[in-house]
Amino acid sequence: METQKSEYLLSMRGIVKDFPGVRALDSVDFNLRHGEIHGLVGENGAGKSTLLKILSGALRADSGDILLEGNPVSINNPRQSRELGIVVIYQELSLIPYLDVARNIFLGHEAEVGSHFVLHRQKMCQEASKLLKEFCSDLDPQSLVAELSVAEKQLVEIARALSQQSKILLMDEPSAPLSEREVEQLFNAIRTLKKQGVTIVYVSHRLEELAKITDRISILRDGRMVETRDTQSIDIEEIIRLMVGREISEHYPKEHAIRGERLLEVSNIAEHGEIPLQINAGEVVGLAGLVGAGRTELARSIFGANPLRRQRLSFLGKSIQPNSPAEAINYGIGMVPEDRKEQGLILQMTILDNLTIPMLSELFNGLSINRHRQREIAQAQVDQLKIHITSLEQQALLLSGGNQQKVVLGKWLAKNCRLLILDEPTRGIDIGAKFEIYKIINDLVKKGIGILLISSDLQELIAMSDRIYVMSDGCIIAEYPGGSTEQETILNCISRGEK
Amino acid sequence: MRKRILWKNYGSLFGLIAIGLVMSLLSDRFFTLSNLINIARQVSINAIIAMGMTMVIITGGIDLSVGSLVALTGCTAILAMRLPGSDLTGIIVGLGLGAIIGLLNGLLIAYAQIPPFIETLAMLTIARGTALVITNGQPIVRFESPYRWLGEGMIAGVPVPVILMLLILGLTHFILSHTPLGSYIYAIGGNEEAARLSGVKVNRIKSIVYLISGLYTGISGMILAGRLGSAQPNTGEGFELDAIAAVVLGGTSLMGGRGSVWGTLIGVFIIGILNNGFNLLNVSPFYQLIAKGVVIIFAVLLDQILKR
Repeated sequence: METQKSEYLLSMRGIVKDFPGVRALDSVDFNLRHGEIHGLVGENGAGKSTLLKILSGALRADSGDILLEGNPVSINNPRQSRELGIVVIYQELSLIPYLDVARNIFLGHEAEVGSHFVLHRQKMCQEASKLLKEFCSDLDPQSLVAELSVAEKQLVEIARALSQQSKILLMDEPSAPLSEREVEQLFNAIRTLKKQGVTIVYVSHRLEELAKITDRISILRDGRMVETRDTQSIDIEEIIRLMVGREISEHYPKEHAIRGERLLEVSNIAEHGEIPLQINAGEVVGLAGLVGAGRTELARSIFGANPLRRQRLSFLGKSIQPNSPAEAINYGIGMVPEDRKEQGLILQMTILDNLTIPMLSELFNGLSINRHRQREIAQAQVDQLKIHITSLEQQALLLSGGNQQKVVLGKWLAKNCRLLILDEPTRGIDIGAKFEIYKIINDLVKKGIGILLISSDLQELIAMSDRIYVMSDGCIIAEYPGGSTEQETILNCISRGEK
Repeated sequence: MRKRILWKNYGSLFGLIAIGLVMSLLSDRFFTLSNLINIARQVSINAIIAMGMTMVIITGGIDLSVGSLVALTGCTAILAMRLPGSDLTGIIVGLGLGAIIGLLNGLLIAYAQIPPFIETLAMLTIARGTALVITNGQPIVRFESPYRWLGEGMIAGVPVPVILMLLILGLTHFILSHTPLGSYIYAIGGNEEAARLSGVKVNRIKSIVYLISGLYTGISGMILAGRLGSAQPNTGEGFELDAIAAVVLGGTSLMGGRGSVWGTLIGVFIIGILNNGFNLLNVSPFYQLIAKGVVIIFAVLLDQILKR
């Protein structure tokens, strides 16, 4: 039986996919060996997602062949893909919030632990627990998914993939929403899968992770497959060079600005001896911590989105208590939220409207909006931030992740705010766009704006911050200088929850 | 699981108890066994419709056609009883018509992708019009048939409609909590694309859900016609709003993805107790409408405050 076993478990040959106006994939070859962990990298728009979608049946290739164990197969819809043993874990987690863990794991293939018409709840829960235990997770299969953390949800997704007896698991940016410790758990789960013979395609922007976990790496650029190499034979610098097609001399172009007056001070009323958070003009203050440590909550509280009564805020020396974002904006505070698609942008609206939402009241003279001025302001931000658009009337929906993030930033720059909160500003965007965001951060602090930077990418946080606070359990537990502090020191502090 | 769902609906349960207490203080006829049985019988029609509506709303849809469909299925069933054959034929025709129109709603919503609000609004007028056409706009006068037992009968002191309501409650709970179909219903409302990518046949499930809603409505139509002893082409007006109000009072999200039959049952009884209590207190029907709306707003507000 095994004599005919082909070298590759899966091979894609000459895959072409056109979208209106763009060739997303241009005769791409992609080969997967049996049981390997295969990294897939490329800038946003390089074609990684398109490639995954073709494998998962969400999109159909215009031409090209797909061979599974040497036999040509056709993948026309998600069902066919799954029947071939291919399962995807998407960037946006695709669990059902108000179903419990067990029902999520077996969604769409309940018959395997029951019948087509009736669920065998008990057997289902047992099987679900068994799957979760393989990743050392003792999640209760009866808990509602809506009540789980992002990391737990991801484990549920992986357990789900495993329950489908998948041969090939496609993971699109699985580590993006995770903190460092959770990434370790994820890697353990992936190694467990590998031991069971599952072949994994791992898409990530975090190149250090790829170096750690993958066996081989394929690099896409502008819809073409640039190269596939053994991970051991390539270093990060070279991957970056292949991805962007040019050398980037340094990843983090940190420049220091002159520190100005005290902008914001946050102290906790309840906790004695807790370190107050201070942000000065011209300073980038980093906030490190696990997911769930309360970083986003703190940010949203400063911005008035979810006021926390236990905190005392003072802004430019005056005690403030913003009860809504509108109030915070009036003080001169802006926020680029964690989830740009859900919270940062109104996707169906034009770039023009998105860029000028916070200042419409200033453009409104009582009768109409000053359209001319509105366009000027928007255009100024587009020029300044080098946002790639076809026109100001383009829907925000159509932009790449990096450009969308620039629009969110631009909206606050146009408003001339004093303090800007950036919650995971570079998550899920490519290296080129990250570099530009860092430069924008530099420009901002030079203008005397204070920045509160929240990021789960510790390297980025250390490199770009002047000072770093570590949060755990809703409190700030330590302060470190930026730039010079070792990643390990902060990691230690984060994971122990003490200095 | 059940405990958790009840807890989530603590607000509406609290509201139900509060309204019940107020009513028993205001009227000494309220908290009597015969009145409670009476309430259960009065709510049964709305409850059965609301069970179907719960499933529809969990998928993120809505079914506005149920009120007219109550009238149409009732009239058709009684007309069919005049044909040669038995009374049973009439019931089968009535229920079958409910299911068919429900399925038609589902097919148009799922496959032709007409928004549920629009499609079922259109069906609302089509069904009402058809009911008026086949009856010439006149009520079909009182009839005697063993079939009236559906609306008026008793088994061991419990009205038949209440027994039907309990059976359908149990069935619906079973579907939502113990079948793959139930998982798919939550999945479609929670994340339709994810459901599709999990291999759920989204269009088929949507069609089935509207079919069930139509069938349940048909059952309510039979009960109502049996109760009235006649077929009224104008009956059932506003039933869709009572059903939707009950579902929402029960904590089911109009955005889809969450909800339970227990919540809906509580919602049904809140509305039922209000109607019953106001009648006992001789409140004018015009004021009843206003009071009902105000109580619904307060109940939902209370629920939101408690959830915070």
